[in-house]
Amino acid sequence: MSSKLLTYTLRLADDILILSQRLGEWCGHGPVLEEDIALTNRALDHLGEARNLLTYAGQVEGKGRSEDDLAYLRMERQYTNVKLVEQPNGDYAHTMVRSFLFDAYHLPLMQALTKSKDEQLAAIAGKSVKEATYHLRASSEWIIRFGDGTEESHQRAQAALEDLWTYTGELFEGDAVLEEMTSAGMAPDIASIKEAWSKTVDQVLAEATLKRPADAFMMTGGRKGLHSEHMGFILAEMQHVTRAYPGVEW
Amino acid sequence: MTDVKNLEELFQAKIDAEQKIEPKDWMPDAYRKNLIRQISQHAHSEVVGMLPEGNWITRAPSLKRKAILLAKVQDEAGHGLYLYSAVETMGTSREQTIDDLLSGKAKYSSIFNYPTLSWADIGAIGWLVDGAAIMNQVMLCRTSYGPYARAMVRICKEESFHQRQGYEIMAVLAKGSPEQKEMAQDALNRWWWPSLMMFGPTDANSPHSEQSMKWKIKRQSNDELRQTFIDRTVQQAEVIGLSIPDPDLKWNEETQHYDWGEIDWTEFNNVVAGNGPCNKERLAARNKAHNDGAWVREAALAYAAKKAKRKAA
Ligand SMILES: [Fe+2]
Ligand SMILES: [Fe+2]
Repeated sequence: MSSKLLTYTLRLADDILILSQRLGEWCGHGPVLEEDIALTNRALDHLGEARNLLTYAGQVEGKGRSEDDLAYLRMERQYTNVKLVEQPNGDYAHTMVRSFLFDAYHLPLMQALTKSKDEQLAAIAGKSVKEATYHLRASSEWIIRFGDGTEESHQRAQAALEDLWTYTGELFEGDAVLEEMTSAGMAPDIASIKEAWSKTVDQVLAEATLKRPADAFMMTGGRKGLHSEHMGFILAEMQHVTRAYPGVEW
Repeated sequence: MTDVKNLEELFQAKIDAEQKIEPKDWMPDAYRKNLIRQISQHAHSEVVGMLPEGNWITRAPSLKRKAILLAKVQDEAGHGLYLYSAVETMGTSREQTIDDLLSGKAKYSSIFNYPTLSWADIGAIGWLVDGAAIMNQVMLCRTSYGPYARAMVRICKEESFHQRQGYEIMAVLAKGSPEQKEMAQDALNRWWWPSLMMFGPTDANSPHSEQSMKWKIKRQSNDELRQTFIDRTVQQAEVIGLSIPDPDLKWNEETQHYDWGEIDWTEFNNVVAGNGPCNKERLAARNKAHNDGAWVREAALAYAAKKAKRKAA
């Protein structure tokens, strides 16, 4: 069981860590100072959650690996985040649509995880619910502003949705790990999370006057460590200093 | 004519009595201009300063350091916001103030025209650059213009936090591996002199200083602040075993201060004139963020207008 718990915890951690890493790229380059602050806040909240999850994953594994060992010393094939979060920032519509699609999944997931039979996961999720609620509200507001703002913002938001939709299937993929975690009462039923996600997406897109893309081909592979080509560069950038000076304190 | 003269006398009397000047109070044009220039420069420095440090967010060598750096750069954005608001109390809009930065008309602290080349530079900036900024800002907490003084009180608390965090990065590197220590020393070597330049020209060459002191915008001269900074920082460097890159540096028993070498004012003037290592990149980055963000700001305005109209209907 502990290897399933480890795999599951790392998936949660990797999603949020890589999203945080992407959002951190915006720092100093936001469309307006208030948004720069908001984006950094988002990156910080995600990083905080990722650190809790990685530390816990290290404990579950029991080999003495720290949050930093897990973040800095794993390669692409060992990272199990969904491909959605590794997609480039693009314009602000892409960044916000990416976050919105993720937030609409992340909030119900965290809410449900507070009832996990695994006390640590429940506690970590408990800490994240308030932030996740705020993130979803803020990204929803931007989607609505874009959709119902100017013609240009509407087009950009719709284009971002079309581009990123293919990466949403992966959020709800089931496999043996998830099944076992769910039947042990440690992870929520993913179908119920998908239902909540779908409802939020429909509501927000309707208010934004944006069209929900058709469910065509869905990308897969992230959970097995099969990533897009972006992933190698994300890790190269993130890890290079740490790897260049192995075993030292920072 | 006599009226203005009376007003000026009243104004100066108020300042001499240590009363704050508030936005609605009468003030001489030159006082207003001087403050708009100073506060907006200060605001721009906070915002441009996010760039050299933001440069290392994706590469911070531990998750803890990454979180601390994110929070720091976020604080600097907040400082920029308070200060743009303080400028607005003097009747200049934020758009106008920012346009002056983007067009290259307004200045910001030249220190941010130097590149961050290694992780240790993040330590050096916190320790030296925030450290030098604090010297100025502690003084400005008592500046005569109320909104500026109040913004400074909030900002100072965060800056001293930044200074401690930066010093801690340097301390850890200095007692780390030989490569880490070398990285820390190299960062100190590169940032030391530019940090001293942050205090501005010598008192003898400082055109705005005398009037600023009379109006109590400033309360200590550039040279006094610089000396206090040097005295303090030399000791901090000693504690962590790094050496200050100044062969002329030595303790003077008589003055109870450190004597130190000559600042390269040619370099200073060059960077101020736009020829620093990163002047072009910094301005280009600010302009790109502004231009790329135009449609976002327009969308937000358009949506707010639609919403207000629907509410009214
Ligand atoms: Fe600041
Ligand atoms: Fe600071």
